[in-house]
Amino acid sequence: MQYRSQAVAKPYFIGAIALFIGQVVFGLVMGLQYVVGDFLFPAIPFNVARMVHTNLLIVWLLMGFMGSAYYLIPEEAETELHSPKLAIAMFWVFLAAGALTVLGYLLVPYATLAKDTGNAVLQTMGREFLEQPWPTKLGIVVVALAFLYNVTMTVLKGRKTSVSLVLLLGLWGLALFFLFSFYDPNNLVLDKYYWWWVVHLWVEGVWELILGALLAFVLIKVTGVDREVIEKWLYLIIAMTLITGIIGTGHHYYWIGTPKYWQWWGGVFSALEPLPFFMMTLFAFSMVGRRRREHPNKVATLWALGTGVMSFLGAGVWGFMHTLAPVNYYTHGTQITASHGHLSFYGAYVMVVLTMISYAMPVLRGRPANSRAAQAWETWAFWLMTVSMMLIALFLTAAGILQVWLQRLTDTPLPFMAVQDKIAFFYWLREAAGMGFLLGLLVYVASFFVKGEREALA
Amino acid sequence: MSHSFTKSTARNIFFGGALFAFLLFLALTFDTTRALPKRDHRENLTAAVVRGKYVWETHDCIGCHTLLGEGAYFAPELGNVYKRRGPAFIKAWIEAQPTGAPGRRQMPQFHLTPQQLDDLVAFLKWTSEIDTNNWPPNIEG
Repeated sequence: MQYRSQAVAKPYFIGAIALFIGQVVFGLVMGLQYVVGDFLFPAIPFNVARMVHTNLLIVWLLMGFMGSAYYLIPEEAETELHSPKLAIAMFWVFLAAGALTVLGYLLVPYATLAKDTGNAVLQTMGREFLEQPWPTKLGIVVVALAFLYNVTMTVLKGRKTSVSLVLLLGLWGLALFFLFSFYDPNNLVLDKYYWWWVVHLWVEGVWELILGALLAFVLIKVTGVDREVIEKWLYLIIAMTLITGIIGTGHHYYWIGTPKYWQWWGGVFSALEPLPFFMMTLFAFSMVGRRRREHPNKVATLWALGTGVMSFLGAGVWGFMHTLAPVNYYTHGTQITASHGHLSFYGAYVMVVLTMISYAMPVLRGRPANSRAAQAWETWAFWLMTVSMMLIALFLTAAGILQVWLQRLTDTPLPFMAVQDKIAFFYWLREAAGMGFLLGLLVYVASFFVKGEREALA
Repeated sequence: MSHSFTKSTARNIFFGGALFAFLLFLALTFDTTRALPKRDHRENLTAAVVRGKYVWETHDCIGCHTLLGEGAYFAPELGNVYKRRGPAFIKAWIEAQPTGAPGRRQMPQFHLTPQQLDDLVAFLKWTSEIDTNNWPPNIEG
Protein backbone atom coordinates (compact mmCIF):
# COMPACT_ATOMS: atom_id res chain seq x y z
CA MET A 1 0.00 0.00 0.00
CA GLN A 2 1.11 3.58 -0.55
CA TYR A 3 0.63 4.85 3.01
CA ARG A 4 1.33 2.81 6.12
CA SER A 5 -1.65 4.17 8.01
CA GLN A 6 -4.03 2.69 5.43
CA ALA A 7 -3.46 -0.56 7.32
CA VAL A 8 -6.02 0.51 9.95
CA ALA A 9 -8.67 -0.45 7.37
CA LYS A 10 -7.86 -4.14 7.82
CA PRO A 11 -9.50 -4.80 11.21
CA TYR A 12 -12.56 -2.85 10.02
CA PHE A 13 -12.89 -5.11 6.98
CA ILE A 14 -12.38 -8.29 8.99
CA GLY A 15 -14.86 -7.15 11.63
CA ALA A 16 -17.37 -6.25 8.92
CA ILE A 17 -17.19 -9.70 7.33
CA ALA A 18 -17.51 -11.43 10.71
CA LEU A 19 -20.67 -9.48 11.54
CA PHE A 20 -21.97 -10.12 8.01
CA ILE A 21 -21.84 -13.86 8.74
CA GLY A 22 -23.83 -13.29 11.93
CA GLN A 23 -26.38 -11.24 10.02
CA VAL A 24 -26.94 -13.99 7.45
CA VAL A 25 -27.23 -16.73 10.10
CA PHE A 26 -29.95 -14.77 11.89
CA GLY A 27 -31.60 -14.13 8.54
CA LEU A 28 -31.86 -17.88 8.04
CA VAL A 29 -33.34 -18.27 11.54
CA MET A 30 -36.03 -15.72 10.70
CA GLY A 31 -36.66 -17.31 7.31
CA LEU A 32 -37.31 -20.62 9.03
CA GLN A 33 -39.55 -18.99 11.64
CA TYR A 34 -41.72 -17.78 8.75
CA VAL A 35 -42.64 -21.40 8.00
CA VAL A 36 -41.90 -23.23 11.27
CA GLY A 37 -43.41 -20.61 13.53
CA ASP A 38 -42.21 -21.99 16.86
CA PHE A 39 -38.59 -22.59 15.77
CA LEU A 40 -36.31 -21.52 18.66
CA PHE A 41 -39.30 -20.10 20.55
CA PRO A 42 -39.21 -18.79 23.25
CA ALA A 43 -35.37 -18.60 23.32
CA ILE A 44 -35.13 -16.35 20.26
CA PRO A 45 -38.50 -14.84 19.30
CA PHE A 46 -38.78 -13.48 15.76
CA ASN A 47 -38.51 -9.83 16.82
CA VAL A 48 -35.21 -10.52 18.59
CA ALA A 49 -33.78 -12.35 15.59
CA ARG A 50 -34.91 -9.46 13.40
CA MET A 51 -33.25 -6.82 15.58
CA VAL A 52 -30.02 -8.80 15.45
CA HIS A 53 -30.35 -9.29 11.67
CA THR A 54 -30.96 -5.64 10.83
CA ASN A 55 -28.72 -4.09 13.48
CA LEU A 56 -25.79 -6.30 12.49
CA LEU A 57 -26.36 -5.19 8.89
CA ILE A 58 -26.21 -1.54 9.87
CA VAL A 59 -23.15 -1.99 12.07
CA TRP A 60 -21.18 -4.03 9.55
CA LEU A 61 -21.98 -1.68 6.69
CA LEU A 62 -20.89 1.28 8.82
CA MET A 63 -17.76 -0.65 9.68
CA GLY A 64 -17.22 -1.32 5.99
CA PHE A 65 -17.72 2.37 5.15
CA MET A 66 -15.25 3.40 7.85
CA GLY A 67 -12.67 0.84 6.77
CA SER A 68 -13.11 1.95 3.17
CA ALA A 69 -12.66 5.59 4.15
CA TYR A 70 -9.52 4.82 6.16
CA TYR A 71 -8.10 3.06 3.13
CA LEU A 72 -9.24 5.62 0.55
CA ILE A 73 -8.64 8.94 2.29
CA PRO A 74 -4.83 8.70 2.81
CA GLU A 75 -4.37 7.57 -0.79
CA GLU A 76 -6.55 10.36 -2.19
CA ALA A 77 -5.10 12.97 0.16
CA GLU A 78 -1.57 11.67 -0.50
CA THR A 79 -0.67 11.80 3.16
CA GLU A 80 -0.74 9.58 6.22
CA LEU A 81 -3.94 9.35 8.25
CA HIS A 82 -4.22 12.03 10.95
CA SER A 83 -4.30 9.50 13.80
CA PRO A 84 -4.05 5.75 13.15
CA LYS A 85 -4.20 5.11 16.92
CA LEU A 86 -7.57 6.84 17.21
CA ALA A 87 -8.84 4.78 14.28
CA ILE A 88 -7.83 1.50 15.92
CA ALA A 89 -9.20 2.54 19.31
CA MET A 90 -12.52 3.49 17.72
CA PHE A 91 -12.68 0.12 15.99
CA TRP A 92 -12.62 -1.67 19.33
CA VAL A 93 -15.11 0.76 20.89
CA PHE A 94 -17.49 0.25 17.97
CA LEU A 95 -17.11 -3.53 18.00
CA ALA A 96 -17.63 -3.69 21.77
CA ALA A 97 -20.70 -1.42 21.62
CA GLY A 98 -22.15 -3.49 18.79
CA ALA A 99 -21.45 -6.81 20.52
CA LEU A 100 -22.85 -5.63 23.87
CA THR A 101 -26.01 -4.36 22.21
CA VAL A 102 -26.59 -7.61 20.32
CA LEU A 103 -25.95 -9.63 23.50
CA GLY A 104 -28.44 -7.37 25.26
CA TYR A 105 -31.08 -8.20 22.61
CA LEU A 106 -30.36 -11.92 22.89
CA LEU A 107 -29.99 -12.38 26.65
CA VAL A 108 -32.38 -9.91 28.25
CA PRO A 109 -36.09 -9.31 27.55
CA TYR A 110 -36.36 -6.08 25.55
CA ALA A 111 -38.47 -4.34 28.19
CA THR A 112 -35.80 -5.11 30.79
CA LEU A 113 -33.07 -3.86 28.47
CA ALA A 114 -35.04 -0.64 28.02
CA LYS A 115 -35.47 -0.27 31.78
CA ASP A 116 -31.83 -0.99 32.63
CA THR A 117 -30.42 1.36 30.00
CA GLY A 118 -32.50 4.34 31.05
CA ASN A 119 -34.96 4.47 28.16
CA ALA A 120 -37.42 6.16 30.52
CA VAL A 121 -35.01 9.09 30.83
CA LEU A 122 -34.50 9.48 27.09
CA GLN A 123 -37.05 7.55 25.09
CA THR A 124 -35.57 6.35 21.79
CA MET A 125 -36.02 2.56 21.66
CA GLY A 126 -38.52 0.26 20.03
CA ARG A 127 -38.60 1.84 16.60
CA GLU A 128 -37.61 -0.20 13.55
CA PHE A 129 -33.83 -0.18 12.98
CA LEU A 130 -33.40 2.27 15.87
CA GLU A 131 -33.95 -0.34 18.58
CA GLN A 132 -30.61 0.38 20.26
CA PRO A 133 -30.59 1.72 23.85
CA TRP A 134 -29.60 5.38 23.90
CA PRO A 135 -26.12 4.69 25.35
CA THR A 136 -25.44 2.64 22.20
CA LYS A 137 -26.79 5.43 20.02
CA LEU A 138 -24.55 7.87 21.86
CA GLY A 139 -21.63 5.48 21.33
CA ILE A 140 -22.34 5.46 17.60
CA VAL A 141 -22.27 9.26 17.59
CA VAL A 142 -18.97 9.35 19.48
CA VAL A 143 -17.35 6.79 17.17
CA ALA A 144 -18.70 8.61 14.11
CA LEU A 145 -17.42 11.99 15.32
CA ALA A 146 -13.97 10.61 16.15
CA PHE A 147 -13.89 8.94 12.75
CA LEU A 148 -15.03 12.09 10.94
CA TYR A 149 -12.49 14.19 12.82
CA ASN A 150 -9.77 11.75 11.80
CA VAL A 151 -10.55 11.60 8.09
CA THR A 152 -11.46 15.28 7.77
CA MET A 153 -8.16 16.36 9.34
CA THR A 154 -6.37 14.05 6.91
CA VAL A 155 -8.09 15.60 3.90
CA LEU A 156 -7.50 19.13 5.21
CA LYS A 157 -3.75 18.62 5.43
CA GLY A 158 -3.48 16.78 2.09
CA ARG A 159 -4.64 16.80 -1.51
CA LYS A 160 -8.34 17.54 -1.88
CA THR A 161 -9.98 15.43 -4.56
CA SER A 162 -13.61 15.30 -5.61
CA VAL A 163 -13.77 11.64 -4.58
CA SER A 164 -12.74 12.40 -1.01
CA LEU A 165 -14.95 15.50 -0.89
CA VAL A 166 -18.01 13.49 -1.92
CA LEU A 167 -17.11 10.72 0.52
CA LEU A 168 -16.77 13.24 3.36
CA LEU A 169 -20.09 14.87 2.46
CA GLY A 170 -21.76 11.48 2.58
CA LEU A 171 -20.17 10.54 5.91
CA TRP A 172 -20.94 13.87 7.56
CA GLY A 173 -24.51 13.61 6.30
CA LEU A 174 -24.72 10.12 7.77
CA ALA A 175 -23.72 11.40 11.20
CA LEU A 176 -25.96 14.46 10.98
CA PHE A 177 -29.14 12.62 10.04
CA PHE A 178 -28.49 9.93 12.66
CA LEU A 179 -29.15 12.63 15.27
CA PHE A 180 -32.85 12.37 14.44
CA SER A 181 -32.78 8.93 16.06
CA PHE A 182 -32.78 10.74 19.42
CA TYR A 183 -36.08 12.41 18.59
CA ASP A 184 -39.03 10.23 19.55
CA PRO A 185 -42.12 12.41 20.04
CA ASN A 186 -45.30 11.11 21.67
CA ASN A 187 -47.22 11.87 18.50
CA LEU A 188 -46.81 8.77 16.31
CA VAL A 189 -47.24 10.75 13.09
CA LEU A 190 -44.40 13.13 13.95
CA ASP A 191 -42.36 10.16 15.19
CA LYS A 192 -42.75 8.43 11.84
CA TYR A 193 -42.17 11.63 9.87
CA TYR A 194 -38.74 12.22 11.37
CA TRP A 195 -37.86 8.53 11.70
CA TRP A 196 -37.60 8.60 7.91
CA TRP A 197 -35.08 11.43 8.15
CA VAL A 198 -32.69 8.83 9.51
CA VAL A 199 -33.79 5.83 7.48
CA HIS A 200 -34.64 7.27 4.06
CA LEU A 201 -32.19 10.15 4.03
CA TRP A 202 -29.52 7.58 4.85
CA VAL A 203 -30.18 4.86 2.32
CA GLU A 204 -31.70 6.91 -0.47
CA GLY A 205 -29.64 10.01 0.28
CA VAL A 206 -26.25 10.40 1.87
CA TRP A 207 -25.28 6.71 1.74
CA GLU A 208 -25.51 6.95 -2.05
CA LEU A 209 -22.81 9.62 -1.94
CA ILE A 210 -20.60 7.16 -0.08
CA LEU A 211 -21.52 4.45 -2.57
CA GLY A 212 -20.67 6.71 -5.51
CA ALA A 213 -17.35 7.82 -4.05
CA LEU A 214 -16.21 4.28 -3.24
CA LEU A 215 -17.21 3.02 -6.67
CA ALA A 216 -15.45 5.95 -8.35
CA PHE A 217 -12.28 5.29 -6.36
CA VAL A 218 -12.14 1.61 -7.31
CA LEU A 219 -12.90 2.41 -10.95
CA ILE A 220 -10.08 4.96 -11.07
CA LYS A 221 -7.75 2.30 -9.70
CA VAL A 222 -8.75 -0.71 -11.79
CA THR A 223 -9.44 1.04 -15.12
CA GLY A 224 -6.83 3.80 -15.15
CA VAL A 225 -9.40 6.11 -16.78
CA ASP A 226 -8.68 9.82 -16.33
CA ARG A 227 -9.83 11.04 -12.92
CA GLU A 228 -11.49 14.12 -14.49
CA VAL A 229 -13.87 11.91 -16.46
CA ILE A 230 -14.73 9.69 -13.51
CA GLU A 231 -15.29 12.60 -11.14
CA LYS A 232 -17.55 14.32 -13.65
CA TRP A 233 -19.72 11.19 -13.73
CA LEU A 234 -19.65 11.00 -9.95
CA TYR A 235 -20.98 14.56 -9.56
CA LEU A 236 -23.73 13.99 -12.10
CA ILE A 237 -24.81 10.73 -10.45
CA ILE A 238 -24.98 12.15 -6.96
CA ALA A 239 -26.68 15.30 -8.25
CA MET A 240 -29.45 13.09 -9.61
CA THR A 241 -29.43 11.10 -6.36
CA LEU A 242 -30.16 14.07 -4.14
CA ILE A 243 -32.45 15.90 -6.56
CA THR A 244 -34.69 12.81 -6.79
CA GLY A 245 -34.04 11.20 -3.41
CA ILE A 246 -34.64 14.06 -0.98
CA ILE A 247 -38.17 14.88 -2.14
CA GLY A 248 -38.49 11.15 -2.86
CA THR A 249 -38.75 10.77 0.93
CA GLY A 250 -42.38 11.62 0.20
CA HIS A 251 -43.06 8.05 -0.94
CA HIS A 252 -43.05 7.17 2.77
CA TYR A 253 -45.56 9.89 3.57
CA TYR A 254 -48.57 8.42 1.76
CA TRP A 255 -50.35 6.59 4.60
CA ILE A 256 -48.93 7.73 7.94
CA GLY A 257 -51.16 10.71 8.57
CA THR A 258 -49.29 13.23 6.42
CA PRO A 259 -51.09 15.40 3.81
CA LYS A 260 -52.27 13.86 0.58
CA TYR A 261 -50.06 16.04 -1.63
CA TRP A 262 -47.11 13.84 -0.71
CA GLN A 263 -48.59 11.21 -3.01
CA TRP A 264 -47.68 13.52 -5.91
CA TRP A 265 -44.40 14.88 -4.62
CA GLY A 266 -43.22 11.49 -3.42
CA GLY A 267 -44.49 9.66 -6.49
CA VAL A 268 -43.02 11.94 -9.14
CA PHE A 269 -39.61 12.38 -7.53
CA SER A 270 -39.14 8.81 -6.35
CA ALA A 271 -40.19 7.54 -9.78
CA LEU A 272 -36.99 9.28 -10.94
CA GLU A 273 -34.84 7.65 -8.26
CA PRO A 274 -33.85 4.76 -10.59
CA LEU A 275 -32.08 7.31 -12.85
CA PRO A 276 -28.94 7.80 -10.75
CA PHE A 277 -28.70 4.02 -10.33
CA PHE A 278 -29.04 3.52 -14.07
CA MET A 279 -26.30 6.11 -14.56
CA MET A 280 -24.19 4.20 -12.04
CA THR A 281 -24.53 1.04 -14.16
CA LEU A 282 -23.66 2.91 -17.37
CA PHE A 283 -20.80 4.58 -15.55
CA ALA A 284 -19.26 1.32 -14.33
CA PHE A 285 -19.54 -0.42 -17.70
CA SER A 286 -18.39 2.57 -19.70
CA MET A 287 -15.31 3.12 -17.52
CA VAL A 288 -14.37 -0.56 -17.63
CA GLY A 289 -14.91 -0.49 -21.41
CA ARG A 290 -12.54 2.47 -21.74
CA ARG A 291 -9.94 1.03 -19.37
CA ARG A 292 -6.33 1.95 -20.01
CA ARG A 293 -4.80 -0.86 -18.04
CA GLU A 294 -5.42 -4.53 -17.33
CA HIS A 295 -5.50 -4.59 -13.57
CA PRO A 296 -4.58 -8.04 -12.21
CA ASN A 297 -7.46 -7.85 -9.70
CA LYS A 298 -10.19 -9.03 -12.08
CA VAL A 299 -12.64 -9.94 -9.35
CA ALA A 300 -12.64 -6.41 -7.90
CA THR A 301 -13.73 -5.17 -11.33
CA LEU A 302 -16.47 -7.83 -11.31
CA TRP A 303 -17.73 -6.58 -7.94
CA ALA A 304 -17.72 -2.99 -9.23
CA LEU A 305 -19.76 -3.92 -12.30
CA GLY A 306 -22.03 -6.06 -10.14
CA THR A 307 -22.68 -3.12 -7.81
CA GLY A 308 -23.79 -1.04 -10.78
CA VAL A 309 -26.18 -3.67 -12.09
CA MET A 310 -27.59 -4.96 -8.81
CA SER A 311 -28.10 -1.54 -7.23
CA PHE A 312 -30.06 -0.54 -10.33
CA LEU A 313 -32.17 -3.71 -10.11
CA GLY A 314 -32.67 -3.68 -6.34
CA ALA A 315 -32.99 0.01 -5.59
CA GLY A 316 -34.04 1.20 -9.03
CA VAL A 317 -36.36 -1.37 -10.57
CA TRP A 318 -37.67 -3.03 -7.39
CA GLY A 319 -38.12 0.39 -5.82
CA PHE A 320 -39.98 1.81 -8.82
CA MET A 321 -42.27 -1.22 -8.84
CA HIS A 322 -44.16 -0.05 -5.74
CA THR A 323 -43.29 3.61 -5.39
CA LEU A 324 -46.35 5.18 -7.04
CA ALA A 325 -49.16 5.84 -4.57
CA PRO A 326 -51.92 3.90 -6.40
CA VAL A 327 -49.69 0.79 -6.41
CA ASN A 328 -48.26 1.39 -2.96
CA TYR A 329 -51.78 1.60 -1.56
CA TYR A 330 -51.95 -2.18 -2.04
CA THR A 331 -48.30 -3.20 -1.59
CA HIS A 332 -47.40 -1.05 1.44
CA GLY A 333 -46.05 -3.17 4.30
CA THR A 334 -46.14 -6.49 2.44
CA GLN A 335 -43.51 -8.95 1.23
CA ILE A 336 -43.05 -6.63 -1.77
CA THR A 337 -41.38 -4.20 0.63
CA ALA A 338 -39.26 -7.04 2.03
CA SER A 339 -38.12 -8.12 -1.44
CA HIS A 340 -37.10 -4.56 -2.35
CA GLY A 341 -35.32 -4.13 0.98
CA HIS A 342 -33.22 -7.26 0.48
CA LEU A 343 -32.24 -6.70 -3.13
CA SER A 344 -31.47 -3.01 -2.72
CA PHE A 345 -29.36 -3.35 0.42
CA TYR A 346 -27.41 -6.18 -1.14
CA GLY A 347 -27.06 -4.62 -4.59
CA ALA A 348 -26.07 -1.19 -3.38
CA TYR A 349 -24.39 -1.27 0.01
CA VAL A 350 -23.27 -4.86 0.60
CA MET A 351 -21.79 -5.04 -2.88
CA VAL A 352 -19.99 -1.71 -2.75
CA VAL A 353 -18.35 -2.62 0.56
CA LEU A 354 -17.34 -6.01 -0.88
CA THR A 355 -16.01 -4.19 -3.97
CA MET A 356 -13.85 -2.05 -1.77
CA ILE A 357 -12.68 -5.02 0.32
CA SER A 358 -11.97 -6.99 -2.84
CA TYR A 359 -9.78 -4.19 -4.17
CA ALA A 360 -8.09 -3.12 -0.93
CA MET A 361 -7.61 -6.34 1.02
CA PRO A 362 -4.95 -7.87 -1.29
CA VAL A 363 -3.02 -4.57 -1.15
CA LEU A 364 -3.31 -4.52 2.64
CA ARG A 365 -1.89 -8.04 2.60
CA GLY A 366 1.09 -6.91 0.51
CA ARG A 367 0.17 -7.77 -3.10
CA PRO A 368 -1.59 -5.94 -5.95
CA ALA A 369 -4.06 -8.80 -6.39
CA ASN A 370 -4.80 -12.27 -5.09
CA SER A 371 -3.68 -15.42 -6.90
CA ARG A 372 -5.74 -16.70 -9.79
CA ALA A 373 -7.06 -19.53 -7.62
CA ALA A 374 -8.16 -17.18 -4.82
CA GLN A 375 -9.86 -14.93 -7.37
CA ALA A 376 -11.64 -17.94 -8.83
CA TRP A 377 -13.04 -18.75 -5.37
CA GLU A 378 -14.12 -15.16 -4.88
CA THR A 379 -15.77 -15.14 -8.31
CA TRP A 380 -17.76 -18.21 -7.33
CA ALA A 381 -18.76 -16.43 -4.13
CA PHE A 382 -19.85 -13.39 -6.15
CA TRP A 383 -22.17 -15.44 -8.34
CA LEU A 384 -23.50 -17.63 -5.54
CA MET A 385 -24.39 -14.70 -3.35
CA THR A 386 -25.71 -12.51 -6.16
CA VAL A 387 -27.87 -15.19 -7.78
CA SER A 388 -29.14 -16.35 -4.36
CA MET A 389 -30.13 -12.81 -3.42
CA MET A 390 -31.85 -12.36 -6.78
CA LEU A 391 -33.81 -15.55 -6.05
CA ILE A 392 -34.67 -14.41 -2.52
CA ALA A 393 -36.05 -11.20 -4.01
CA LEU A 394 -38.01 -13.05 -6.71
CA PHE A 395 -39.56 -15.52 -4.25
CA LEU A 396 -40.51 -12.69 -1.87
CA THR A 397 -41.97 -10.79 -4.81
CA ALA A 398 -44.10 -13.81 -5.69
CA ALA A 399 -45.17 -14.13 -2.06
CA GLY A 400 -45.90 -10.39 -1.99
CA ILE A 401 -48.07 -10.40 -5.11
CA LEU A 402 -50.14 -13.27 -3.72
CA GLN A 403 -50.36 -11.57 -0.34
CA VAL A 404 -51.61 -8.34 -1.95
CA TRP A 405 -54.17 -10.27 -3.95
CA LEU A 406 -55.51 -12.50 -1.16
CA GLN A 407 -55.47 -9.95 1.62
CA ARG A 408 -56.23 -6.68 -0.13
CA LEU A 409 -57.46 -6.99 -3.70
CA THR A 410 -60.10 -9.74 -3.80
CA ASP A 411 -63.76 -9.21 -2.99
CA THR A 412 -63.38 -11.53 -0.01
CA PRO A 413 -60.12 -10.47 1.72
CA LEU A 414 -58.59 -13.11 3.98
CA PRO A 415 -57.01 -12.43 7.41
CA PHE A 416 -53.24 -11.91 7.55
CA MET A 417 -52.35 -15.30 9.03
CA ALA A 418 -54.64 -17.22 6.66
CA VAL A 419 -52.79 -15.59 3.78
CA GLN A 420 -49.41 -16.40 5.31
CA ASP A 421 -50.36 -20.09 5.37
CA LYS A 422 -51.30 -20.00 1.70
CA ILE A 423 -48.03 -18.47 0.56
CA ALA A 424 -45.76 -20.64 2.74
CA PHE A 425 -44.47 -22.45 -0.36
CA PHE A 426 -42.61 -19.29 -1.44
CA TYR A 427 -41.17 -18.82 2.04
CA TRP A 428 -39.67 -22.30 1.80
CA LEU A 429 -38.13 -21.42 -1.55
CA ARG A 430 -36.79 -18.19 -0.05
CA GLU A 431 -35.20 -20.17 2.79
CA ALA A 432 -33.55 -22.50 0.26
CA ALA A 433 -32.16 -19.49 -1.63
CA GLY A 434 -30.96 -18.17 1.72
CA MET A 435 -28.98 -21.37 2.24
CA GLY A 436 -27.43 -20.73 -1.17
CA PHE A 437 -26.48 -17.25 0.02
CA LEU A 438 -24.82 -18.64 3.14
CA LEU A 439 -22.90 -21.11 0.99
CA GLY A 440 -21.71 -18.20 -1.18
CA LEU A 441 -20.65 -16.30 1.90
CA LEU A 442 -18.67 -19.29 3.20
CA VAL A 443 -16.94 -19.62 -0.18
CA TYR A 444 -16.20 -15.89 0.04
CA VAL A 445 -14.57 -16.28 3.45
CA ALA A 446 -12.65 -19.34 2.20
CA SER A 447 -11.27 -17.31 -0.72
CA PHE A 448 -9.19 -15.31 1.76
CA PHE A 449 -7.36 -18.50 2.73
CA VAL A 450 -6.72 -19.86 -0.79
CA LYS A 451 -3.03 -19.51 -1.58
CA GLY A 452 -2.48 -20.52 -5.25
CA GLU A 453 0.58 -19.85 -7.41
CA ARG A 454 2.09 -16.42 -7.53
CA GLU A 455 2.27 -16.27 -11.35
CA ALA A 456 -1.12 -14.58 -11.53
CA LEU A 457 0.30 -11.55 -9.77
CA ALA A 458 1.24 -9.34 -12.67
CA MET B 1 -19.69 13.40 -22.57
CA SER B 2 -18.43 16.37 -24.56
CA HIS B 3 -15.44 18.39 -23.51
CA SER B 4 -17.43 21.57 -23.08
CA PHE B 5 -19.29 19.88 -20.25
CA THR B 6 -16.66 20.08 -17.54
CA LYS B 7 -16.32 18.64 -14.08
CA SER B 8 -17.00 22.01 -12.51
CA THR B 9 -20.30 22.24 -14.41
CA ALA B 10 -21.24 18.84 -12.99
CA ARG B 11 -20.18 19.95 -9.52
CA ASN B 12 -22.33 23.07 -9.76
CA ILE B 13 -25.32 21.00 -10.82
CA PHE B 14 -24.73 18.81 -7.78
CA PHE B 15 -24.45 21.58 -5.22
CA GLY B 16 -27.21 23.68 -6.78
CA GLY B 17 -29.54 20.73 -7.26
CA ALA B 18 -28.98 19.28 -3.80
CA LEU B 19 -29.47 22.64 -2.12
CA PHE B 20 -32.65 23.32 -4.09
CA ALA B 21 -34.06 19.87 -3.30
CA PHE B 22 -33.27 20.23 0.37
CA LEU B 23 -34.84 23.69 0.64
CA LEU B 24 -37.94 22.46 -1.17
CA PHE B 25 -38.09 19.52 1.25
CA LEU B 26 -37.86 21.90 4.21
CA ALA B 27 -40.63 24.05 2.75
CA LEU B 28 -42.86 21.01 2.31
CA THR B 29 -42.01 19.92 5.86
CA PHE B 30 -43.01 23.36 7.11
CA ASP B 31 -46.34 23.12 5.33
CA THR B 32 -46.87 19.55 6.59
CA THR B 33 -46.16 20.66 10.14
CA ARG B 34 -48.91 23.26 9.81
CA ALA B 35 -51.36 20.81 8.27
CA LEU B 36 -50.74 17.91 10.67
CA PRO B 37 -52.85 18.89 13.70
CA LYS B 38 -56.04 18.44 11.66
CA ARG B 39 -54.98 14.99 10.51
CA ASP B 40 -53.27 13.45 13.55
CA HIS B 41 -55.99 14.56 16.05
CA ARG B 42 -53.25 15.37 18.57
CA GLU B 43 -55.86 16.88 20.87
CA ASN B 44 -56.70 13.30 21.79
CA LEU B 45 -53.15 12.43 22.88
CA THR B 46 -54.07 11.62 26.48
CA ALA B 47 -51.63 10.48 29.15
CA ALA B 48 -52.87 6.93 28.56
CA VAL B 49 -52.06 7.13 24.83
CA VAL B 50 -48.58 8.44 25.59
CA ARG B 51 -47.99 5.65 28.12
CA GLY B 52 -49.38 3.17 25.61
CA LYS B 53 -46.84 4.22 23.00
CA TYR B 54 -44.16 3.60 25.61
CA VAL B 55 -45.49 0.08 26.20
CA TRP B 56 -45.58 -0.44 22.43
CA GLU B 57 -41.96 0.66 22.05
CA THR B 58 -40.43 -1.06 25.07
CA HIS B 59 -41.79 -4.44 23.95
CA ASP B 60 -40.51 -4.06 20.40
CA CYS B 61 -43.93 -4.77 18.90
CA ILE B 62 -42.63 -3.33 15.61
CA GLY B 63 -40.20 -6.29 15.45
CA CYS B 64 -43.05 -8.57 14.29
CA HIS B 65 -46.01 -6.32 13.42
CA THR B 66 -46.54 -3.41 11.08
CA LEU B 67 -48.08 -0.16 12.33
CA LEU B 68 -49.53 1.91 9.47
CA GLY B 69 -47.65 -0.46 7.20
CA GLU B 70 -44.21 0.09 8.71
CA GLY B 71 -42.34 -2.49 10.73
CA ALA B 72 -41.91 -6.23 10.29
CA TYR B 73 -44.13 -8.38 8.08
CA PHE B 74 -44.27 -11.42 10.35
CA ALA B 75 -47.52 -10.63 12.15
CA PRO B 76 -50.72 -8.67 11.39
CA GLU B 77 -51.03 -4.92 10.80
CA LEU B 78 -52.02 -3.20 14.06
CA GLY B 79 -52.78 0.33 12.86
CA ASN B 80 -56.43 -0.67 12.50
CA VAL B 81 -56.54 -3.59 14.94
CA TYR B 82 -58.73 -1.58 17.30
CA LYS B 83 -61.39 -1.40 14.61
CA ARG B 84 -60.85 -5.00 13.50
CA ARG B 85 -60.94 -6.67 16.92
CA GLY B 86 -62.02 -4.19 19.58
CA PRO B 87 -60.48 -3.50 23.01
CA ALA B 88 -61.61 -6.64 24.88
CA PHE B 89 -60.28 -9.01 22.25
CA ILE B 90 -56.90 -7.22 22.06
CA LYS B 91 -56.37 -7.51 25.81
CA ALA B 92 -57.52 -11.13 26.00
CA TRP B 93 -55.31 -12.04 23.06
CA ILE B 94 -52.18 -10.52 24.57
CA GLU B 95 -52.85 -12.23 27.89
CA ALA B 96 -53.37 -15.61 26.23
CA GLN B 97 -50.00 -15.67 24.46
CA PRO B 98 -48.17 -17.78 23.52
CA THR B 99 -50.68 -20.18 22.01
CA GLY B 100 -48.14 -23.00 21.96
CA ALA B 101 -49.81 -24.47 18.86
CA PRO B 102 -47.10 -26.66 17.30
CA GLY B 103 -45.46 -25.17 14.22
CA ARG B 104 -47.46 -21.92 14.45
CA ARG B 105 -45.89 -18.47 14.81
CA GLN B 106 -45.65 -17.59 18.48
CA MET B 107 -46.07 -14.28 20.26
CA PRO B 108 -44.22 -14.00 23.59
CA GLN B 109 -45.97 -13.54 26.94
CA PHE B 110 -45.10 -10.00 28.04
CA HIS B 111 -46.69 -10.06 31.52
CA LEU B 112 -48.34 -6.68 30.99
CA THR B 113 -50.24 -5.19 33.94
CA PRO B 114 -53.95 -4.32 33.53
CA GLN B 115 -52.90 -0.66 33.42
CA GLN B 116 -50.36 -1.34 30.65
CA LEU B 117 -52.98 -3.26 28.68
CA ASP B 118 -55.43 -0.35 28.95
CA ASP B 119 -52.72 2.12 27.91
CA LEU B 120 -51.73 0.01 24.92
CA VAL B 121 -55.34 -0.22 23.81
CA ALA B 122 -55.67 3.57 24.18
CA PHE B 123 -52.63 3.99 21.96
CA LEU B 124 -53.99 1.58 19.34
CA LYS B 125 -57.36 3.33 19.41
CA TRP B 126 -55.74 6.72 18.91
CA THR B 127 -53.59 5.31 16.08
CA SER B 128 -56.63 3.84 14.35
CA GLU B 129 -58.17 7.32 14.21
CA ILE B 130 -55.30 9.02 12.35
CA ASP B 131 -56.29 10.27 8.89
CA THR B 132 -54.22 7.85 6.76
CA ASN B 133 -55.75 8.69 3.38
CA ASN B 134 -57.95 5.65 3.74
CA TRP B 135 -55.16 3.11 4.21
CA PRO B 136 -55.25 0.11 4.68
CA PRO B 137 -57.54 -0.91 1.80
CA ASN B 138 -59.74 -3.09 4.01
CA ILE B 139 -60.20 -4.16 7.61
CA GLU B 140 -57.77 -7.09 7.30
CA GLY B 141 -54.87 -4.61 7.11
